[in-house]
Amino acid sequence: MPRYFSEDHEWIDVDGDTGTVGITDYAQGQLGDITFVELPEAGSAVKKGDAPCVVDSVKAASDVYAPVSGTVTDSNAALGDEPELVNTDPEESGWLFRLTLSDPAELSGLMDRAAYDAYVAGL
Amino acid sequence: MSDTYEIDEDGDAVEPEVLTLPLDAWHRARGGRMVEFAGYHMPVQYEGIIAEHLWTRENTGLFDVSHMGQLVLSGEGLDAAVEAVLPIDLSTLNLGQQRYSVLLDANGGILDDLMVQRWPNDLYLVVNGATKWDDIGHLREELPDEIGLNLLDDHALLALQGPKAFAVLERHATGKWPLSALSFMRFGLFEIGGFEVNISRSGYTGEDGFEISLPAEAAEAIADLLCGEPEVKPIGLGARDSLRLEAGLPLYGHDLSPETSPVEAGLNFAINKRRRSEGGFPGADRILAELANGPARKWVGLSLEGRQAAREGAEVFAGNEPVGVVTSGGFSPSLERPIATAYISSAHAAAGTALEIEVRGKRLTATVTPMPFVPHRYHR
Repeated sequence: MPRYFSEDHEWIDVDGDTGTVGITDYAQGQLGDITFVELPEAGSAVKKGDAPCVVDSVKAASDVYAPVSGTVTDSNAALGDEPELVNTDPEESGWLFRLTLSDPAELSGLMDRAAYDAYVAGL
Repeated sequence: MSDTYEIDEDGDAVEPEVLTLPLDAWHRARGGRMVEFAGYHMPVQYEGIIAEHLWTRENTGLFDVSHMGQLVLSGEGLDAAVEAVLPIDLSTLNLGQQRYSVLLDANGGILDDLMVQRWPNDLYLVVNGATKWDDIGHLREELPDEIGLNLLDDHALLALQGPKAFAVLERHATGKWPLSALSFMRFGLFEIGGFEVNISRSGYTGEDGFEISLPAEAAEAIADLLCGEPEVKPIGLGARDSLRLEAGLPLYGHDLSPETSPVEAGLNFAINKRRRSEGGFPGADRILAELANGPARKWVGLSLEGRQAAREGAEVFAGNEPVGVVTSGGFSPSLERPIATAYISSAHAAAGTALEIEVRGKRLTATVTPMPFVPHRYHR
């Protein structure tokens, strides 16, 4: 399953027309201790660049942007009780939401792992 | 600081330089994540805000607060001159004692909150880092010319805070009197590692603890001595903020400002008894009227339902009626739930009142809660 990365530090796993979105390990490290995640509701339509999800850390609330457009199908209910999963396992069990991609061509604007790692190294 | 600019010799606006403090390299070597605060590079966190917060409540934390302004005021007629700008009664502040006060403008608005120590011939003030230059300007304007004002910019300031702070500091502080001679809000001169330091039993966490004023050249050696103890870790600004919020201690520039009076802020204890009967401090008419009749709004604590925090600026409602605004808010690591502070219309400010806070288009349920949220453990 290919994984793509955005300059805003989201990752998206793509399986057919379904994408699973989370934030990267670098992003969680920058945010610090995460205490609450506001997740999008299933059925909501999001456009690339919208902020359907908010991650609360001790210090501040931060938007999570949709790396591509689509319709939200599901979100990670485990984060209700364990928002810290976004800190401890951001790129697997700390995923945020799933969506059905409406324009898979948008993926071409994202980075692969090697490009993202180089991007982070340059920050 | 992003909106302040200096003009260079060619008349071009340049951003002011961010300054470094004596422990800058020390913080970086210990993994401190540095941010700009009050014009200085300061550590916001080391291992993480929650871990550092809980460590301070259970053990002891060392905080570098060298950005704060340490001022020494001296001269003929000092007490009367200072009483003209602060609502403090200096006739009851004895040698060795420290007291909290507020710098007031002519309307009774708060220009800064600060500590005052009685020294043998002088008064020593600790003011906020972000306001120290404005404070100095204000004091220079308001105080008579014969009052000297000296900024101790060759001194650092460390805070050692937590239930094990006394045990740790007792191993290193020597002097004419034992450290145990200091109770809450007392200070004295001691030596640590061969350097003369001024230690007060005070702080900004709600815990027992000490604030240590020391020569800048001693900062690394003393920080190393204290952090060499197994009970002590360095703690960043992030946990300093969450600790003071749980302790119900206001943060200048957020909970206090020229738009707020000390009575609205619940700082009535800072308007000392003799000053209430005599007046004669800036804004006395308004402040004495608020003391007599009650202020129109009050600074209160709010406990939120759920896990989502409300932040500074969020509007507070009683039904459809806007009744106030949040001035500080965040997740409480000790209570494991969000807490906030707000200025609320006095009619809705009683403990137990149910209110709603608007956060990103949603209404969060909150209850007015007496402060501190976490009990103080001062050594009185």
